[in-house]
Amino acid sequence: MTAVLEVDDVRGGYGGADILNGTDLRLGEGEIVVIIGPNGAGKSTLMKAVFGLATIRSGSVSFFGRTITGMRADQVAKLGMSYVPQERNVFASLTVNENLEMGAYLRDDDFGPQIERIYELFPPLNERRRQQAGTLSGGERQMLAMGRALMLDPKLLLLDEPTAALSPRYAAETFERIREINALGITILMVEQNARQALEHADRGVVLVMGENRFEAPGPELLANREVAEMYLGG
Amino acid sequence: MTDLLQLLVFGIVFGSILTLGAIGVSLIFGILRFAHFAHGDMMTVGAYFALIFVAQIGWPIYLALPAAMIGAALLAILIDQSVYRRLRRTAPVILLISSFGMALLLRAAVQLIWGTDNQVYQPGINVPYVVFDIRIKPDHLVIVGASVILVFAFHLFLKMTRMGKAMRAMSDNVDLARVSGIDSERVVIWTWVIGGALAAAAGVLLALDTRLNPQLGWNVLLPVFAATIVGGIGRVYGAIAGGMFIGIATELSTAVILPAYKPAVAFTLMVLVLILRPRGLVRGMN
Repeated sequence: MTAVLEVDDVRGGYGGADILNGTDLRLGEGEIVVIIGPNGAGKSTLMKAVFGLATIRSGSVSFFGRTITGMRADQVAKLGMSYVPQERNVFASLTVNENLEMGAYLRDDDFGPQIERIYELFPPLNERRRQQAGTLSGGERQMLAMGRALMLDPKLLLLDEPTAALSPRYAAETFERIREINALGITILMVEQNARQALEHADRGVVLVMGENRFEAPGPELLANREVAEMYLGG
Repeated sequence: MTDLLQLLVFGIVFGSILTLGAIGVSLIFGILRFAHFAHGDMMTVGAYFALIFVAQIGWPIYLALPAAMIGAALLAILIDQSVYRRLRRTAPVILLISSFGMALLLRAAVQLIWGTDNQVYQPGINVPYVVFDIRIKPDHLVIVGASVILVFAFHLFLKMTRMGKAMRAMSDNVDLARVSGIDSERVVIWTWVIGGALAAAAGVLLALDTRLNPQLGWNVLLPVFAATIVGGIGRVYGAIAGGMFIGIATELSTAVILPAYKPAVAFTLMVLVLILRPRGLVRGMN
C-alpha cells in the first residue's frame, strides 16, 4: 500500500544550520499521527519542510508515491495537502466567509456546498460569516483556520499546534473536531505541545528530538512508556 | 468664511488627486513591501499618455483618461517584469533604490519625448461656476467626479472579485496566502495594473487642474507619500482618508501661511500623525 506521506531521511531547515537531522515519517491512509517532542526539536520545521516552506537539503518527501521534495507551497496545496500554521493562520482583515473563499482559491468549480459543509462542521462560524476574522475568539479562529484548510477537500491535513492558544475546554473540543474531520477520510498529521491529550486521540505518536525520531508507537503505548512520559509528557 | 470654503474646495480637489496616487503606493507597499518612488513619475507619464490621445487624435478627456490608464498599467507591468521582478528576492531597500532610478528614467524619457515646456490639454479659460461666492471650475467637478468613480470601482473590485480578495489576503498575510494556493505572481501583476492605472488617473487629473510638465508627478510625490503614511501604509482604505486629510489640510493652511510651504505642511502633519498614532489614522486593511 502506498503511504499517504513518506518522509525519508530529511535534513534541512531555514538556510542556516540544519534543524532536521535525518527525520523519517510514514503516514498510512486515514491515520491520525501526532508529533511530540521538546521545544526546538524541529516539529514545526518538519511540517514546513513537507509543505515546501522550509529548505530540504537532502532526503525526500513523497505524497501518495509522488515525490514532492522542494515543491512550492501552492503546488503542494494543489495536490491535495493542506496546512494550518500555528500562528497567524487566518486572514485577520478578511471576513470569515472571505477566509473560506481564499481557502478555495485553487478551485474552479462551485465551492458553495463545501462552504456550507464547513459551517455545519463548525456551527459557531455560521453566525459570524460577515465578521472580520481578526475579531474572533481564539477557539473560533482555530476553527476558521481549519475550515480554510478543508476548503480544497484535502487528502492530508497538517496541523501545527492546533490547541496551543486554547483553554482546556476548547482544546478538548478541537480534538473532537479533528476526529470528525478524520472520520471524513482525511489523514491527519499534527504537532502538539498538549501531548497527553493529543496522544489519546491519535493512532500513532512520534517523538522527535534534535530533528531525529526517537520513539514511534501507537498513542496509548507511548503514553504508557515511562521514559517518554518522564522526558516528554511532563512526568 | 468664504475664503475658507473656497480653500476647502481646492482641498477636496487636491485630496481626490492625492487619494488616487496614495492608493497605488499603499497597495504596492502592502503586496510588495517597498515604497515605490517612481509613482510620481508614473503619474507624469500617464498625464502625457492622455495628451497623445487629446492632442494627436482629438479625443475628449473622458476618453483619453481611460486610455492613459490602460497605457500606464501596461507600462507598470513592463517595468515590473523587466526590472523589479528580478530584484524581488533581494532586500526591499534595493527595490526602493531601483524605483528611485526608475523615477529619474521616466522623467528623462518624458523630457526627451515631450520637451520641458508647460503644456495644457485644452487651451482656453475654464470659466468657474459661482455658488455663494465660491468659485468652482468645471474641471474641478470632473476631477472629483472621476476620482469618486474610480475609488468606488476599486472598492468594488477589492470586495467583490476573487482577485481583489486575493490581493487583500496577500497584503494581510503573505505566507498564509501562499499556503492557500494563491498565485502571488498574478496578484503582483494585478497590483501593478491597478497602481499604474490609478497613478495615470491622478496624473491626468492633476494636469487638468494645473499644467503638464515633466515635474508634474515628482512635485506631488511627497504629499502622496504623506497621505499614504497618514492613512497607515499598506492599508488602501486608509489611503483614501489620508489623501483627503492631507489635501484639505495643506490647502487650508494657505489661509495662514505662504502657499510655498504646502509640502512642509504635508510633512509636518505626517510626522505629527506618526508621533500620535504610529499605525496611521485609520484601522482598516491590515
